[in-house]
Amino acid sequence: MQQIFSFFNENQQVIYMVILMIFLGIEVIGRVPSVLHTPLMSGANAIHGVVVIGALIVMGEAAADNYLALILGFLAVVLGTLNVVGGFVVTDRMLEMFKKKKQ
Amino acid sequence: MFSSILNIIYLIASVTFIMGLKMLSRPESARKGNLIAAGGMSFAIFGTVFLYEASNGQHLGNLPWMFAALIIGGVLGAVSSRKVKMTQMPEMVSLFNGMGGACAMLISLIEFNHIAGSEIALGHFIAIVLGLVIGSISFAGSIIAYLKLSGKQKDISFKGQHIFNLVLFFIILVGAVLTYLVEPAMAPTFFYITFGLAILYGVFFVLPIGGADMPVVISLLNSLTGVAAACGGFLYNNKAMLTGGILVGAAGTLLTVLMCKAMNRSLLNVIIGNWGGSNAAGGSTQEGGSYKEVSTSDAAMLMSYAKKVVIVPGYGLAVAQAQHTCHELEKILTDKGVEVSYAIHPVAGRMPGHMNVLLAEADVDYEKLEEMEDANSNFKTTDVVLILGANDVVNPAAKNDPTSPIYGMPILEVEDAKNVIVNKRSMKPGYAGIENALFYQPKTSMLFGDAKKVLQDLCAEVKAT
Repeated sequence: MQQIFSFFNENQQVIYMVILMIFLGIEVIGRVPSVLHTPLMSGANAIHGVVVIGALIVMGEAAADNYLALILGFLAVVLGTLNVVGGFVVTDRMLEMFKKKKQ
Repeated sequence: MFSSILNIIYLIASVTFIMGLKMLSRPESARKGNLIAAGGMSFAIFGTVFLYEASNGQHLGNLPWMFAALIIGGVLGAVSSRKVKMTQMPEMVSLFNGMGGACAMLISLIEFNHIAGSEIALGHFIAIVLGLVIGSISFAGSIIAYLKLSGKQKDISFKGQHIFNLVLFFIILVGAVLTYLVEPAMAPTFFYITFGLAILYGVFFVLPIGGADMPVVISLLNSLTGVAAACGGFLYNNKAMLTGGILVGAAGTLLTVLMCKAMNRSLLNVIIGNWGGSNAAGGSTQEGGSYKEVSTSDAAMLMSYAKKVVIVPGYGLAVAQAQHTCHELEKILTDKGVEVSYAIHPVAGRMPGHMNVLLAEADVDYEKLEEMEDANSNFKTTDVVLILGANDVVNPAAKNDPTSPIYGMPILEVEDAKNVIVNKRSMKPGYAGIENALFYQPKTSMLFGDAKKVLQDLCAEVKAT
């Protein structure tokens, strides 16, 4: 119990943020027309590619002779970047088509 | 100094993510929203590379390798997403999602090695293990989803699979707790067992789920990856990762629920998939009886002399990649003075909204796409409805047969029209595995064949009349 309380006290700010973000995330896309479901899913997919930042940190902090961490970190950065770049480009390609129609 | 600038960059990035998502949910601003989020993301990535300072004030090292990794990932991502066909979009999204999950999983693996053997705060431990478990499930699940959607992997289900999955999930939880509780020397053993089981769970979780439910699963895995990213954000106290991850986790969950609603199914139902099991029970509603076939030339004649034609595109059209031919038929008919529009069911195609993307790719006018409610009020004044590879979304059983497994699902009420022409490859039932009474109605005629071939023939015939 003690541990749980101290966990809460230490991370209050984060916990508040998480809860507010959950409401915001639901609110922000609440009225999306079904036409945009696929591009929206793809766009959100690109945004969670932000995980690549963690990969960059982990790789940059690894000691130069810690090959395991370097190799895994390298892989993580490659995959994370793939997620970001691929995600945004695919979404843009989908949306490009909608735009053309609107003229 | 540097880290303060970086913190401001992260704040800006978080705001662009929120704005991006908001703009993505409106057609007129969607593209801009995507670009804004992409801008914020590159800002955050390069800010991290150059400005990040560890607690001891040190900058990130290994820069050459880091750039190599960024370039490889960037080029691979850009090239593969430029080359992919529009009809393959769902599996591509799934693949990218799996990459993000794998990234979170790898981060947890490395971080665990860092802290192995030392005292660790409960919060950090939870973030590492949660990131590992969720990342692994998302990675393995997305890869299976990708393989299934691209036709390289069939559905596999065995008796007691749900129990098996539940037990597996429970063991993963126990493994995670034990990793924390056992003495440090034993912790890695339990950690890697948990890791292996999480991968296994991802595989078994997605294997039995049917092809048409894949979009829901991808959306769910998408939000899972968001949560995994947020775990990393907690670990590094990185606000951009935290906001981005949780935002996607929440929005992705809502999107998943919205998709389920459009198919009149609960999320639990999709995951446990008892639909397949209740098929036999729904068998009593099977109708059999006789149906009427129509030749391409008769169908063409019917449409050429109609005042108003509504096209209902479905999964079959997407599979046959017939969207361009479909647009051609629409143009030819319009030139003859026929009023043509498209009725789009929310879950038509392979993903909600996918049909709109496909038709947009084929240059179909945005104005001609009608959403379900509008379309339903127009069917009464429609002369001919042409159904292209859609089945369950036009099945009247959803409206008038309470015993049907799809009862209550909103459908396109095509029977209100004067004539219905159904293009299918055969009389085989659709995804729900149930008969469609529509096909046996007197006003319905069947036009068998591959959607693309049939549409090409129709184009030629309509031109000739």
